[in-house]
Amino acid sequence: MNHLTKVMTFFATFFSLTTMTQAQSIDETVNQVFASSTGWFVNFIFAPFPGTSFPWIVAWLVVAAVIFTLYFAFIQFRLIGHALSLVKGDYADPNDAGEVSHFQALATALSGTVGLGNIAGVAVAISIGGPGATFWMILAGLMGMATKFTECTLGVKYRNEYDDGTVSGGPMYYLTKGFKERGLPGGKVLAILFSIFCILGAFGGGNMFQANQAHQQISGIIGAYPGWITGVIFAAIVFAVIVGGLKSIASVTEKIVPFMGIMYVVTALVIIIMNADKIGWAFNQVFDGAFTGLGVAGGLVGALIQGFKRAAFSNEAGVGSAAIAHSAVRTKEPITEGVVSLLEPFIDTVVICTMTALVIIITGQLLIDPQTGLYVVEEGKIVTATGASGVGLTSAAFGSAISWFPYILVVAVVLFAFSTMISWSYYGLKAWTYLFGEGKQKEITFKVLFCLFIIVGAAANLGPVIDFSDAAIFAMAVVNIIGLYLLMPIVKRELSSYLERLKSGEIKKFK
Amino acid sequence: MTHKFVVGFDGSDASKKAVHFAVNTAKMTGAHLLIIYVLEWSPYSFLTPEEIEERHKRREEEMARAEKAILSPLKEELFATGVQIETGIRFGNVADILCTLAKQENAEQIFIGRTGDSDFASRVFGSVAGKLALSSPVACTIVP
Repeated sequence: MNHLTKVMTFFATFFSLTTMTQAQSIDETVNQVFASSTGWFVNFIFAPFPGTSFPWIVAWLVVAAVIFTLYFAFIQFRLIGHALSLVKGDYADPNDAGEVSHFQALATALSGTVGLGNIAGVAVAISIGGPGATFWMILAGLMGMATKFTECTLGVKYRNEYDDGTVSGGPMYYLTKGFKERGLPGGKVLAILFSIFCILGAFGGGNMFQANQAHQQISGIIGAYPGWITGVIFAAIVFAVIVGGLKSIASVTEKIVPFMGIMYVVTALVIIIMNADKIGWAFNQVFDGAFTGLGVAGGLVGALIQGFKRAAFSNEAGVGSAAIAHSAVRTKEPITEGVVSLLEPFIDTVVICTMTALVIIITGQLLIDPQTGLYVVEEGKIVTATGASGVGLTSAAFGSAISWFPYILVVAVVLFAFSTMISWSYYGLKAWTYLFGEGKQKEITFKVLFCLFIIVGAAANLGPVIDFSDAAIFAMAVVNIIGLYLLMPIVKRELSSYLERLKSGEIKKFK
Repeated sequence: MTHKFVVGFDGSDASKKAVHFAVNTAKMTGAHLLIIYVLEWSPYSFLTPEEIEERHKRREEEMARAEKAILSPLKEELFATGVQIETGIRFGNVADILCTLAKQENAEQIFIGRTGDSDFASRVFGSVAGKLALSSPVACTIVP
């Protein structure tokens, strides 16, 4: 009842404000305030190396993914079979039945990452970086698997297990405990920094970006209307779930989202097969574009930057969020969860993002100048057949092959956005409680703030929102990857021990 | 060698009948009873992050509740019968668990109650009794 009163008061205040002002001007005001207050942060994170257009943050992620891939001797290829075996439950002790399985931890982590990044983000990457961005995105996805393995293993190894049986894990815990174990200074400082960035990331990519793109998609179907309306509706539903405890909504979403994901991939495959004669051409565009840029602004470097940026934003490898999601699994071997998490960037980026990219390319959404054979570029972006960008571009691509699919896509986008918001509200909350301590009042404060940011996200223009989303998520990766470098010897030790025991038969199969 | 019967029990009237039928049979043959309460659970279901975080705690609570509300009263009730009884709680699919246990424990028979419901779900997906009748590795007594 108390919650209900709070909800009523909150919305009554909001609506009384909105009736006093023109709706459209609220959007503009929110946008202006948002852009001016976050600009410095965005500029810092995406600052290029002096004299180049190459942002240091992209290099940071690429180098990390390469180092982890080499350090763990291409673990993503060596252990992918074992990862599938673990997910199937071949190594699950029947006496542990009823505990969180590897499959469940993976599915929950995936529903936090599979979202608008896969649908809208890829469209943005392709329209700026050209089809070549797809190649770099896949490569980033494959290498990011090693980063994800490292962080998720540490997440489980250093999680906190409380007396009441609940667990809390994530970079903030391995940064403090792991650094202490290795006798390294600064763990606590990094953990605090990570938590701050995680809260910002939860408000940014995990919230505002989702609300913004969901609004764009809905208004694309039913006609333009002010963004704050979508924001208020989304905020009310999320509020009901995370504050009001209406778990049934979240449970239903968690059950529908995986099927939506499967349906999305199957539909993409159908469209690709429908255009079978263009598959060879599409792959040529991807490979040629990856190394020549095909005349797209920025050329090879532009394609690479966009590809890597989108992959990182979509699969979140190195960001540290997955370490929070995976750490609750019940396992005696932290390595097993790391191995299972290898599949996450693969499914998210190598499979789902690639499908989106191929559908956009194959359905001819990107305009090509018939005389030069190069893409038509205006203001740094490829001109599209319908003039749409972001999620609108993906929708147009699917719609050009299956006319009614944009309607399904609206439902998918809304559900993906919703499940990603629920996941990120959890990640943000974990960082919040790490900083400010556990407590009902503290949790409510975070959750209410989270809901308010949904309205801001839906009302703001795509530009400032997407920039801030990226910046906040990448800032998490800065801190997390420093920690991963310093703690990777621990993961290596765990891995060697695990593989030895697996080989000797000490770790046995139950199925 | 001691005979062993596996009995599926969920606190329902039908499962009580199955237990009593098994007890009577055990008295005649000198068998031990292994009475199992199965909590339906799939490792492939989807959970929210909060549900995942609390799962271990919930599992402990579910087991404590099952022991207190379902199995303890049954043990007390059956004490006077003199039949040797062991109870257990498992998570998973009822029919699969009973079949696996029967094999592991070298049980001679499985006993299970039948509610007699012929609702839509059981018509489509099959009932536990129906599945056991088809897949049980040992003799299976379905008590109506």
